[in-house]
Amino acid sequence: MEKVRLVEAAQVKKALPAFAPGDTVRVHIKITEGGRERVQAFEGTVIGRRGAGVSESFTVRRISHGVGVERIFPLHSPRVEKIDVVRRGRVRRAKLHYLRGKVGKETRIKEER
Amino acid sequence: MPALLGRKLGMTRVFADDGTSVPVTVVEAGPCVVVDTRTPQRDGYAAVRVAFEPVSERKLTRGERGVFAKRRLPAHRVVRELRLPTDGVEPGQTLTVEAFEPGQLVDVTGTSIGKGFAGAMKRHGFGGQRDSHGVSLMHRAVGSIGSSDIARVFPGKRMPGRAGGRRVTVKRLRVVRVDAKNNLLLLRGAVPGVRGALLLVRSVG
Repeated sequence: MEKVRLVEAAQVKKALPAFAPGDTVRVHIKITEGGRERVQAFEGTVIGRRGAGVSESFTVRRISHGVGVERIFPLHSPRVEKIDVVRRGRVRRAKLHYLRGKVGKETRIKEER
Repeated sequence: MPALLGRKLGMTRVFADDGTSVPVTVVEAGPCVVVDTRTPQRDGYAAVRVAFEPVSERKLTRGERGVFAKRRLPAHRVVRELRLPTDGVEPGQTLTVEAFEPGQLVDVTGTSIGKGFAGAMKRHGFGGQRDSHGVSLMHRAVGSIGSSDIARVFPGKRMPGRAGGRRVTVKRLRVVRVDAKNNLLLLRGAVPGVRGALLLVRSVG
């Protein structure tokens, strides 16, 4: 596996902000439509991270127009241009799948101080 | 037609320029030393004997050491005879991943992961039977194995048994990258076997 990591090293992003499940992040993603490239932001709660090396990914959940939307981003994808940490949340587990069954007030996460 | 012995190291991904993720298998291939050749004139067929993975002589039997002693070459763990044309190949010569280039297609042969004694669904991709509608104790069973007229089971009838752990060739995998410094090949897609399994990588054709 060490040699596999060696291969990956070149594509692993170095300057990534530290963020964890429970945090609110704004992910800037490059989108190509009709030959033009632009950057779109997706803001929501990180409900989990998985994987290691270049294959690491994270899931961001937000409520959009009353509908729960989850997007999974490969952490080291060149399409993920920037990740801003908007707010640190205090949670006690690594995967926040329980948020899926909750609405409104119940989905609040305490801020880390 | 280059060919190399190698070891499967594992899988990862490579991001292409447009951001798409390409699944790749990392294979440590070569360097392979040619220890002997077989020629049609002398042996009735053409083949190249290659050795892979240097190892202490102490690990080899006397017979195995002889193969290397004959040509005064360092000892290697694996020796394989490959049916390749022998023209231009000399004993003592070393084959490396530089024989391959990105974009070309290769066939990869290895031993698939052993599954043990497996049922017909896993082993042969049978559909099984229904989960409901009165099916009892037969959900993953093979079902009928013949008719009552012929009153025997045809040889080769696919049934449960040992699955995996056999020689498998995956054809036409694209070479994504060649790392000559580390003797690594990155091949698009999956390759037979566990991590650390011995593989044979051949160019297509």
